[in-house]
Amino acid sequence: MIDGIDVLIMVIKVLVVFGFLLVSVLLTIWAERRIVALMQQRIGPNRVGPFGVLQGLADGIKLFFKEDVTPTNVDRSVYFLAPVAALLPAFLAFAVVPVGRGFHIGHRVITLHLVDLNVGILFFLAMGSLMVYGIVLAGWSSGSTYPLLGAVRSTAQMISYEIGMGLSVVSVVLWSGTLSTSGIVDAQSGTWFGFVPRWFIIPQLPALVMFLLGGLAETNRAPFDLPEAETELVGGYHTEYTGIKFAMFFLAEYLHVITTSALVVTLFLGGWRGPNILPFLGPLLFVGYFLAKLGLVIFLFMWARATIPRIRYDRLMHLGWKVLIPASLVWTMITAAMVVLPQEVNRTTLIVVVGIVFEVALIVWLARLTTTALRRGRLRRGDSHVV
Amino acid sequence: MPFVAPHIAWHGIAPELALVGGALVALLIDAVKPAVDRRFLAGLSLATIGLAAWFTFDLRDTRAVIMQGTLAVDGVALFGRLILLITAAMTILISYHYLSRRRIHRGEYYPLLLLATSGMTLLAASNDLLLSFLAIETLSLALYVMVGFARRDEKSQEGALKYFLLGAFSSAFLLYGIALTYGATGSTQLSVISKQAAVASVDERLMFVAVAMIAVGFAFKVAAVPFHMWSPDAYQGAPTSVTGFMAAGTKAAAFIGFFRVFLVAFGALQWDWRPVLWIVAVATMAVGSLLAIAQTDVKRMLAYSSIAHAGYVLIGLVAANRDGVSAALFYLLIYAVMVLGAFAAVIVSAPGGSERLSLAEWGGIGRRYPVFGGAMTLFLLALAGLPPTSGFTGKFLLFAAAIKAHENALVVAATITSVVAAFFYVRLIVLIWLQDPPPDDGHPGIGPTPALITSLGIAAAATIVFGVWPQSLIDLARNAISHGFVG
Amino acid sequence: MSETIVFLIAGPIALGSALFIIMSKNAVHSALWLILNLMALAVLFVDLDAQFLGVVQFIIYAGAIMVLFLFVIMLLGVTREELLGEAIPIQRVVSGILGVALAGTLVWILLNAYDESAFGSLAGANSAGNVQGLGRLLFSKYIFPFEVTSILLIVAAIGAMILARGRTEEESASEVERHSGEDVRL
Repeated sequence: MIDGIDVLIMVIKVLVVFGFLLVSVLLTIWAERRIVALMQQRIGPNRVGPFGVLQGLADGIKLFFKEDVTPTNVDRSVYFLAPVAALLPAFLAFAVVPVGRGFHIGHRVITLHLVDLNVGILFFLAMGSLMVYGIVLAGWSSGSTYPLLGAVRSTAQMISYEIGMGLSVVSVVLWSGTLSTSGIVDAQSGTWFGFVPRWFIIPQLPALVMFLLGGLAETNRAPFDLPEAETELVGGYHTEYTGIKFAMFFLAEYLHVITTSALVVTLFLGGWRGPNILPFLGPLLFVGYFLAKLGLVIFLFMWARATIPRIRYDRLMHLGWKVLIPASLVWTMITAAMVVLPQEVNRTTLIVVVGIVFEVALIVWLARLTTTALRRGRLRRGDSHVV
Repeated sequence: MPFVAPHIAWHGIAPELALVGGALVALLIDAVKPAVDRRFLAGLSLATIGLAAWFTFDLRDTRAVIMQGTLAVDGVALFGRLILLITAAMTILISYHYLSRRRIHRGEYYPLLLLATSGMTLLAASNDLLLSFLAIETLSLALYVMVGFARRDEKSQEGALKYFLLGAFSSAFLLYGIALTYGATGSTQLSVISKQAAVASVDERLMFVAVAMIAVGFAFKVAAVPFHMWSPDAYQGAPTSVTGFMAAGTKAAAFIGFFRVFLVAFGALQWDWRPVLWIVAVATMAVGSLLAIAQTDVKRMLAYSSIAHAGYVLIGLVAANRDGVSAALFYLLIYAVMVLGAFAAVIVSAPGGSERLSLAEWGGIGRRYPVFGGAMTLFLLALAGLPPTSGFTGKFLLFAAAIKAHENALVVAATITSVVAAFFYVRLIVLIWLQDPPPDDGHPGIGPTPALITSLGIAAAATIVFGVWPQSLIDLARNAISHGFVG
Repeated sequence: MSETIVFLIAGPIALGSALFIIMSKNAVHSALWLILNLMALAVLFVDLDAQFLGVVQFIIYAGAIMVLFLFVIMLLGVTREELLGEAIPIQRVVSGILGVALAGTLVWILLNAYDESAFGSLAGANSAGNVQGLGRLLFSKYIFPFEVTSILLIVAAIGAMILARGRTEEESASEVERHSGEDVRL
C-alpha cells in the first residue's frame, strides 16, 4: 500500500529530477558553447564564474528580467500556451528513464526511477510526439509569416522522423522483449566472452544510428534545425517571443536533447550498468556511469552541430522518407528474423540462410559499386567533353 | 501460457487473397513502370477476378465458419462473391475506354477496384461485426477516392466530398452500434450475439439502441431513405464506370451484410426491427420513385432509381424468411447486371469527352442507332420491372416472399411505387424511340468499343435470359440459403 | 480509490473539452480542445488498466493525427468564421434538440443497462501483462480482422497518393491517342 513516506519519497524524487534537469541544461548550454568554440578555434564564454560555467545562469537571469513583449497580432491564449506546451513534455519524458541501481533503506526499496511504466518506451515516444505542439502553436499564434513557415516545416519534419525513430525503437523492443525501460536496461546486463558488455549498441548498431538521426531531427538540432534556420526564417517559430517565454523554448530544446540522450543511453548503452569496480560508492557509482554515458551522447549532439552543415529541406524529407523509414523497416524485419529464427530453425539451416543472404547482399553491393563507378566514369568523360 | 498459433484456413480466404494479391501486383507494376499499357493492367485485373472466381467455385461444397469465427463460408457468402466478381469484371470492361476518354486513366484505378471488391466480398461473408466494419471501411475508402477520380471535374470532387463526409458520419454510427452490442452481449461474433440476445439478462433497451445504430450504418451504405442524401450527388459526380460499380457492387455487398447481421445476430429481435424497416422500405421506394420523376440528368435519375431498388430489396429483409433472402440474392444479381448495362449504355452514348447526360439529348437516338437504343430500352424495362425482363422475375419473387410473411400492405405499397417508377423509365423510352432524331450535322454519334459491346451484350443477354428462363438462377439462389446461414 | 480520483479529474475534462470543441468559433482552438479531449481519454484508458491503449491513443491521436489536423487548418486558413456559418437558419436549433435527445437517451440507457456479467475479469485479461494480453488476442482470436486492417491501410495509402500526386494529364492524353484507333461503329 502507499503510505505517507512513499509519497514523500516520490516528491523528493520529482524535485531531484527537476533540479537535475535544470542544472544540467545550464551546464549543457555552457559546455556546448565552449566545445563549439574549441572546435572553431575560439575561446567561448569564460567571464562569468570559473571557466564561464555560470554563463547560462547569467543569460537566464537576463532573459527573466527582460521586458516581455507581446505583439498585437497574436492569438493571446495560444501564444501563452505554446512555451508551456513545449516545456512540459520535455520534462515528463525523463520520468521513465532509470538513472541508477535501486537500493534499500530499511525495508524500503528506493528505485532511481520516477515511474516504471510497463509501456515506458511508448510513453517517451508519446511525449516526443507532443513536443511538436509547442512549435506548431508558437508558429501559428504569432500571426507572422516566419514563425508560421518554421512551424509548418517543423511539423512535417518531426512527423516524418518520428516514424523512423519509432521503428528503430521497435527493433530494440523486439530484441529485448519488453516495453519497460528498466526491463530494457536489465536485458543489457552481463557480458559476452567475459569482457564485452551486452549492450544493445553491438547487436542493434543500425537502430542506434537511426535513432540518433531521428533524435537530431526531433530535437530540431543542427543539421536538422530548419524550423529555426536563422538565415532563412530569422528565428523560426520563436521569432515573436522574447524574455521568459523565449527562455522556455530555449530550455525545452536543451531538455529535449538531454532526455533523448538519456534514452539513447538507456536503449543502447546499457543504461546505468557498468562494472562494479568501486563497491564502496554503492549506488552512486552507477549514477556516475549513467551521467558519464549521458555526457558522451550529448557531446555527440554538439559535435554534429559543430561539424555538419544544415541540409536543404527537400533533402531532409528525402532522407526521412526514402532512407530512414525503409531502412528502419528493413532493420525491424531483420531483427525479428534474428529473434525468431533461432527458435524455429535448426542451426544448419540458419547458417545456410544467413550465408545466402550475405552472398546476395554482397553481390548487390558489388553491382551497385560497379554501376556507380561506371556512371562516374561516364560523367567525367561528359565533363571533359563540355569543358 | 504458451502461445497457440491460430489456424488459418487458407482455402477459405483464397478468393480475397487472390484479389488483394492481384491488386498489389498491379500496384507494383504501375509504380515501377508508370507508362505501362493500361490494357495490361485491365487484363491482369480481369485475370485476378477470374482466379478469385475459380477459388470461389472451389468452395462450392464447403459450409463452415473459419478464421476463429470471423468469416462464414456458406451459400449466401458464395452467391455474394459471385455477384461481386461479376460486377467487378463488368466494371473493368466498361471502365477501360471511358477512363482513357476522360483522360483520367491512372494505373491506381485497377488496384483500388480490386481492393474495393475484396472489401465487398469480405462484407458479404463476414461473421463478425468487427470484420464487417473493417470491410465496409475498406470498400468505402476505395470508393471515396474512385468517386473523386476525375480531379479536374468539380462535380466529381463535390460528390466525393459529400460521400466521404456523410460516409464517415455513418461509420461512426455503425461503430457505436457495434460497441453497444459488444457491451450488451460481450461479443462481436454474430452467432454469439444471437445466443446472448435471446438470454433474458441482456438489457433490451441497450440492444434496441445498438440495433438502431447498426441499421443506420447499413441503411447509409445501401442508400435507404432517410440516409440516401449522398447518393444522387455521388452517383452524378463519379466517373460513370464508378457509378455503375457503386450501384451494383456496394449495394449488393452492403445488403448481404445487412441481411446476415440482422437475420443471424439480431434474429431474435426481429419483431422489434421489422416494423421500423417496414417504414424505411416504403419510404425508400416512395422517395426514390417520386424524386426520380423530377430529374433531367440520366445519371441522377438512375441514382434515384437505385434508391427505389434498395427499397425493393429491403422487402426481402422485412419478410425475414428464406424466400426473402433467396429473392433478394436473385434480385441483387440481376439488378447488378442491368444497372451496369444501363451505365454501359450511358458511356456508349457518346464518343467524345462527355456522355449524353441530359435527358433531352437522348431524343430519337433509337431511330438512328436501333441496336443501341434497343439495349437501353431493355435495361430500362428491366429497371421498371416489366416482363419479359429479369427485373419482373426479381420483383415477383420479392413480392411472393413478402406475401408468404403476411406483409400484404408492404406488397401493395411496393406495387404502387413500381407503377410510379415505371412512368419515368417509360418516359425515357418514349424519348428514345418516338422523338425525331436531331438533324445530322455536328451532333455526336455513339462510341462503342469491343469491351463496351461485350459488356452491353452480356448484360442484355442476362436480362432477357433470366427474365424468360429464370428457373436455374432461382434454384441457385434457393440452394444458397437452403441450409440457412452458417454460424 | 485512486482510480476514482483520476476518473473524477479526467472525466469532467473530457466532457468539458468536448463541449468546447463544438463551441469554439476558431478552428484552431477547436482542434486544441480536441487534443485535450483525446488526452483525457488516454488518461481514462490508463485509469482502466489499459496502459497500452492509453499511450497509443496519445501517440497516434494526440501526437500524429492532430498535428496533421492543425497543419491542414494552418495551411488552408479555415479560421475565418464565414466558412463556419449555417446554411439553414433553424438548423442549429433543430440539431441541438435532436443531439440532446440522442445523448439523453444514451445516457439514460447506459446508466441503467450496465452489466459486466458478459465479460471476463480485468485481472484475468491483464494476467500476463497488458501489452502481452493484447498482443495475444490480436494474433490469435482477432488475427483475421487484424490482417484485414492492412488492406484498409493500403487502400488509404493509395487514396492519399492519388489525391496528393501531381497531375498526369499529359500521360493520359497520349493514352487516348494510342487507343483512339479502336473505335468501331455499330
